[in-house]
Amino acid sequence: MHVRRLQLTDFRSWSQVDVTFPEGPSVLVGPNGHGKTNLVESVGYLATGASHRVAGDAPLVRHGAESAVIRAAIGHEGRELRADLTIQPGKSNRARLNRSPLPRARDLIGVLKAVVFAPEDLSLVRGEPEQRRRMLDELLIARHPRFAGVRADYERVVRQRNTLLRTAYLARKTGGRGNTDLHTLDIWDRHLAQHGADLLAGRLALLESLSPYVVKAYDAVSAGRGRPQMTYQAAWADAEPLSPDRDLLTARLAAALAAARARETERGTTLVGPHRDDLLLRLGDLPAKGYASHGESWSYALALRLGAAELLRAEAVSPVLILDDVFAELDTDRRERLAAMVTHAPQVLVTCAVAEDVPAAMTGGRFDICDGEVNRVV
Amino acid sequence: MYEGALADLVDELGRLPGIGPKSAQRIAFHVLGSDKADVDRLADVLRTVKEQVRFCTVCGNVATEEQCRICRDPRRGDELICVVEEPKDIIAVERTGEFRGRYHVLGGAINPLDGVGPDDLRIRELMMRLQAGATKEVIIATDPNTEGEATATYLALMIGPMGLAVSRLASGLPVGGDLEYADEVTLGRAFEGRRLIQ
Ligand SMILES: Nc1ncnc2c1ncn2[C@@H]1O[C@H](COP(=O)(O)OP(=O)(O)OP(=O)(O)O)[C@@H](O)[C@H]1O
Ligand SMILES: [Mg+2]
Ligand SMILES: [Zn+2]
Repeated sequence: MHVRRLQLTDFRSWSQVDVTFPEGPSVLVGPNGHGKTNLVESVGYLATGASHRVAGDAPLVRHGAESAVIRAAIGHEGRELRADLTIQPGKSNRARLNRSPLPRARDLIGVLKAVVFAPEDLSLVRGEPEQRRRMLDELLIARHPRFAGVRADYERVVRQRNTLLRTAYLARKTGGRGNTDLHTLDIWDRHLAQHGADLLAGRLALLESLSPYVVKAYDAVSAGRGRPQMTYQAAWADAEPLSPDRDLLTARLAAALAAARARETERGTTLVGPHRDDLLLRLGDLPAKGYASHGESWSYALALRLGAAELLRAEAVSPVLILDDVFAELDTDRRERLAAMVTHAPQVLVTCAVAEDVPAAMTGGRFDICDGEVNRVV
Repeated sequence: MYEGALADLVDELGRLPGIGPKSAQRIAFHVLGSDKADVDRLADVLRTVKEQVRFCTVCGNVATEEQCRICRDPRRGDELICVVEEPKDIIAVERTGEFRGRYHVLGGAINPLDGVGPDDLRIRELMMRLQAGATKEVIIATDPNTEGEATATYLALMIGPMGLAVSRLASGLPVGGDLEYADEVTLGRAFEGRRLIQ
């Protein structure tokens, strides 16, 4: 799969831009702050419905404009798909596929498959559990787009349930009608267990399939030094192993919710469920967080992304690979190895400020980006 | 921004659902530029709708008499009751032509974020209707989203012990959707393929 043509209107620093990309590697070179990352960020957003840099949509719209538009022509198995997305902060996005409007913008997610690797990904290894959950869920959705709905429903149930718990908590503190509200908690528990089990089963199955690819990618990036190991962690599961069986997981979540009921009403928030889980990353016998060196952490993060790309390739479609400001962070050996690993991909978009940081092996298109203009030079 | 009556109009319009400040301004200026006769007619229907239209005492649908057209219709059966969130959902279901029973309008769905609990919905009225004994099956046609599903579960748990069949519209309805916007073919199929949940 590859992006043939990308047109942006009022996305980040780009008021208007129209770029045609070749298959294989494309290297975008230009001075700091001239919009290289902005350009590839739009491709990532189109694929996943989220930016790799910010949580909200407001920064994605050019300062002073009301909405941003991303249009892409995507080549896939000899066909061309047209994906259009209008980002309107504060309102729902609007999406079109092959010019027909989609009922919801999230139906566009997963049409274009892309995997982004950027300096921010160091936080997959060093950051909070949320980053790792997000990585799993985004890959899950790229793999099976129906999970976009599962996750949205699950998050909605958690919000509803938290509101109920908080209202009851406040009511009790002020001597009001705490318990009349709480009698619908059983209903929300049921739905939380169902949607939660669905999401959880998806994550666990994903992890099983993903692990070997991450091991392989880490091996290649680090030239055989160290073995990564990933374990799903759910504090509510009392250290009992989880298997990706939906009915079983529903029952276990329901039981955990029942057991946590007193604590949850005490605290006024949902303590059980996949929104609290984590992925423990280990290197050899030690946790990567807090133990791995800077270079090792980088290689780990890179292996997670490359492994994800390989998994998608093995199962269905080779994703567009986006390497944002990555080469500058690696030593010469790792640069060479990374280049060798990705040159076979159907499309790789690379950004860098200094052209010499990208190994010569990455031959393909070369674009100069300067002062709001994109020029293909090779 | 504006003064006096114009400012009041913009404020009032802005309070209506789905109308933001910009649309409110546009409508206000449209009204200002319209013929007096047109504006009088609009004012009249606004007043009449409030004076003459009321809610059916049986099902909660909009009505011009004590009971709505559907509750009064002797050709419809009492064995089936279709539970919906809003009167507008009745119109959507009626368009399918698949359903010849009666309705019950809840007036919303359980939604803690909006401060709506079961006691704020017409659930007690529904239970009283069911206790009267003519009903054999309750079809729950709340919206296929988180709140609609939670409401359906709640109703199923309440009604189940009464020994009545409780069914839920078959999927095929877009998840996260709104019944009102489902096209009649999809909604019609959902009726035929409804499944028992209790
Ligand atoms: N919403 C926005 N509206 C206008 N300009 C923006 C917006 N968001 C970001 N920018 C501008 O875009 C520039 C950053 O662009 P980008 O991150 O793509 O740089 P880059 O070319 O990748 O640089 P580097 O080599 O440092 O990574 C900044 O100057 C920033 O002010
Ligand atoms: Mg950059
Ligand atoms: Zn009626």
